[in-house]
Amino acid sequence: MLQQVEGSKAVAQAVAACRPQVICAYPISPQTHIVEELSRLVKSGELPGCEYVNVESEFAAMSGAIGASAVGARSYTATASQGLLYMVEAVYNASGMGLPVVMTVANRAIGAPINIWNDQGDTMSQRDSGWLQLYATTNQEATDLHVQAFRIAEELSVPVMVCMDGFVLTHAMEAVDVPDQAAVDAFLPPFVPRQVLDPDAPVSMGAMVGPEAFTEVRYLAHRRQLDALDTIPRVAQEFAEAFGRESGGLLHTYRADDAETVVLSLGSVYGTLQDVVDAERQVGVPVGLVALTSFRPFPYDAVRAAVGHARRVVVLERALAVGVGGTVTGDVRTGLQGLPVDLRTVVAGLGGRPITAPSLHEMLGRAMAEDLPELTFLDLDQAVVDRELGRVR
Amino acid sequence: MFGIRIHGRGGQGVVTAAELLSVAAFLEGHHAQAFPSFGSERTGAPVVAFCRIADHPIRTREPIAEPDALIVQDVTLLRLPVLEGLRPGGFLLLNTARDPALLGLRGAAEALPPGHLRTVPATELSLEHVGRAVPNVPLLGAFAALTGLLSIDSVVAAIEDRFSGRTAHTNAAAARAAYRLVVEGVAHAPAG
Repeated sequence: MLQQVEGSKAVAQAVAACRPQVICAYPISPQTHIVEELSRLVKSGELPGCEYVNVESEFAAMSGAIGASAVGARSYTATASQGLLYMVEAVYNASGMGLPVVMTVANRAIGAPINIWNDQGDTMSQRDSGWLQLYATTNQEATDLHVQAFRIAEELSVPVMVCMDGFVLTHAMEAVDVPDQAAVDAFLPPFVPRQVLDPDAPVSMGAMVGPEAFTEVRYLAHRRQLDALDTIPRVAQEFAEAFGRESGGLLHTYRADDAETVVLSLGSVYGTLQDVVDAERQVGVPVGLVALTSFRPFPYDAVRAAVGHARRVVVLERALAVGVGGTVTGDVRTGLQGLPVDLRTVVAGLGGRPITAPSLHEMLGRAMAEDLPELTFLDLDQAVVDRELGRVR
Repeated sequence: MFGIRIHGRGGQGVVTAAELLSVAAFLEGHHAQAFPSFGSERTGAPVVAFCRIADHPIRTREPIAEPDALIVQDVTLLRLPVLEGLRPGGFLLLNTARDPALLGLRGAAEALPPGHLRTVPATELSLEHVGRAVPNVPLLGAFAALTGLLSIDSVVAAIEDRFSGRTAHTNAAAARAAYRLVVEGVAHAPAG
């Protein structure tokens, strides 16, 4: 039903419609509203058959989700920022054991300095964790991606992170069509685990593997992630047929087919960028967009097909790989190998700094005038930087 | 597209006000988006929230730098540049029982068209009807009267959608009282 609803609440309702059997919750901004709403739904009886566990830390949240998933329960948790970092050891265990946990990350900067606002530094730090990472452009997509995430995770037996920009999406109220229970039941079959911890038929999971087989275990995990490159678009297609709207898939494109300059981004900045592109197009500037939904696995072929024709690609990164620049740019470069596409990195929106249309127009103007350095920090206050550099010298 | 920026202090329901406006707009069939500015969430600290209303899907997610309407829930905030960016033909709604002429408004506020600036004693109205100093909801009633953008019935429907029982009832009464004050010209508009 279409309702005017906060993003967190819409996501919580979609998660509830997926009938999770165990939810491990530990609050951290900007994720808290999601688990609060789920707690309300469990308490009120609207989400029956679900064990809601108020754990003592994020490490416990992921550990609980691992245990629950290992005994065959559909398991969910949500976190952000330092919370994600605190659970990292268990994050890798979930993927290493191939447990299809679904986790929402309400993207938030990581400290120090402490900062509660949005950027994608938290999930980018987990790019090699073995989890799939799907980034939502809108609250509708964030909602829909959760329904798809359980399908994808359980089909492949791989955990999935659904990444949604903290505050920008989680705390934004807009119209969202939250999938209803019957439709989700028809789309998402009950969880059939590949392997279960069962006292009657004992197995060990995550046991010691030595040099003789560790490479093979890792290789198989890699192969399974590559399988997701087929699963993700197929599930998105099935979702579109069942629910009548497009959400998810490997990536989205907007006016990119004949674009000379393409901006590639992840997450909610896509909306602001669409307005910017329409304004540029109105005065005849051939620009277009790609929004990467699947960052892990990285869809090299789809990226190449979407932007291989462009003269230049500006990768807009909402995170900083300190000492390198962009995290995503390197993968895009690999995907475009051998093509004469000029690649630029723009780091933007760190720690909640708004990414505004005027700054994006200026960025595009500079890109097209060949005046954009290989690495740019959008709206960097040079005076502050110079003052500090002068002080420490 | 119509952009509204709401300034107030933590605890005054600034974010709730923006959300209620978006629900009222949604109930009238508009597209609407409400979001807070995510300052430090402490009681008494300045808080900003935004609401966009349009008849097409809203894609942008940047803060509203040039609002069509400004609601200031606490006039002590006028010491800060809260009026910045207000559009020349825009609306300004202030929560105060004082005559706006005494507020020393300058800049954008002086250039507003006649009738686009109103003060409403929203804190007093909320104390009278709700029993607590929560000026956010009566200001929404005043907003409906001042701009004509939304009907008071939609604002009340949004209040009843969010709250229940006595809270819904008393807030709806406060909103309707503020609406009447503005419609009947009892609320302060600058002389001349």
